[in-house]
Amino acid sequence: MKERNVIQLDINNLVYNGIGPFNFSIDQNECLGLSGPSGSGKSLMLRALADLDPHDGRVSFGGVEATRIRPEEWRRRVGLLPAESHWWGDTVKDHFRLPDNSLLQQVGFDESVLNWSVSRLSSGEKQRLAIVRLLANKPDVLLLDEPTANLDKTNIRKVEELFDRYKREHRASIFWVSHDPDQIHRVASRCYFLDHGQLLPGDR
Amino acid sequence: MGVISLSPYDLAVAASLLLAVAALSYLLRLGNSGQIVVAGVRMTSQLLLLGIVLKSLFAHTNFLWVTLMALVMLAAAAREVTSRQKRRFKGVWGFGIGAVSMFISSFTVTLIALAVIIQNRPWYLPQYAIPLLGMLLGNTMNGIALGLERLTANAWQQKPVIEARLILGQSWNQAIGDVRKECIRSGMIPIVNSMAAAGLVSLPGMMTGQILAGSPPFEAVKYQILIIFLIAAGTGFGTMSAVYSASRRLFDERQRLRLDRLKGQ
Repeated sequence: MKERNVIQLDINNLVYNGIGPFNFSIDQNECLGLSGPSGSGKSLMLRALADLDPHDGRVSFGGVEATRIRPEEWRRRVGLLPAESHWWGDTVKDHFRLPDNSLLQQVGFDESVLNWSVSRLSSGEKQRLAIVRLLANKPDVLLLDEPTANLDKTNIRKVEELFDRYKREHRASIFWVSHDPDQIHRVASRCYFLDHGQLLPGDR
Repeated sequence: MGVISLSPYDLAVAASLLLAVAALSYLLRLGNSGQIVVAGVRMTSQLLLLGIVLKSLFAHTNFLWVTLMALVMLAAAAREVTSRQKRRFKGVWGFGIGAVSMFISSFTVTLIALAVIIQNRPWYLPQYAIPLLGMLLGNTMNGIALGLERLTANAWQQKPVIEARLILGQSWNQAIGDVRKECIRSGMIPIVNSMAAAGLVSLPGMMTGQILAGSPPFEAVKYQILIIFLIAAGTGFGTMSAVYSASRRLFDERQRLRLDRLKGQ
């Protein structure tokens, strides 16, 4: 049965940091891939979509423009996973409002990890926990900046599966930035290539 | 015991000590001998000028002149706060946050002291109003400058952490909360420490001056206690208000961390 496509995140004439304008949209239950050389502005695009940097143009979620939604609410719905995670509290649980044990298990932790001190986490553990931390907010749109860059093969698979399951269960939209064409091929149903300020339809 | 009047010769002896330090600094190539001399000359001429101004201000008790003097002092303090920031706010905010916070804290505390505690007639009697305000501004200025310097430096360094908190749906207020607390505390450290050490380690300057000028020690002590309470209150209010409003200014209406509102190095 073919699903009806419903636009979830709609981007009109997005201009940030002097590049653009960009026009595209991401449907519910869709993963859109984005690749491109370093410095082409992929991460900055995700920052603009999460409303962390000033930008021009219109970004709307479910037909409602970002400017009409409170910023905290927007960022909870349109969740950004930065390439590097940052931690402010002493223990892992200081960073969760509502820890989700089933999510923790899906990336290979049990709930005792919540009492671990942040300083003893490896970069891979940090990345997996950052993913759980983000998903615990139940975002409708995920902006993923190289989400598996620090992970080994097994964990890359686990994380890809986790995002795929999350997407299906929550009818979420995913915007996945990656350097790895094979990964984009695995996870995304469409993809773009960003180069010299131009968004080109990519082959996958 | 009356006041022993100081002659220019007495001051010159004291100044020669500083000159000796400057000469030594020159020999050791510390690179600040010029600064020492300039600061010494500035201090001497500013204070002599102040002496002349105060002399005529005290001679005619005039509200407008007292107000003008107070505003000039405020502007000088705000300029000093601004110039001590490595990454100050661009535009009018750099000067404004310090000036408004010092105005709120120092002027309010001075007013309360004059109207409620000292109760002169008129309440703005310059012999009391100007020195009190000066002590308050001088100390509040230090607290505010320290607090703001820490805030802007920390916001710069901890940008990724603050943004990580915003990304997870925290408000600007939560995202910078920990940083702000630490900055307010550090702005208040000097005054809290100096209260703890007062009388044991150091004889506070004002009291020393009064005693040297011939006041009975116990009167000098009471005034000193009053002043320290006022200074601590003024520094506390001033630092809180400056750091709080500066932290708000670091974010825009969409609660984005806007470090572009600060000047670079």
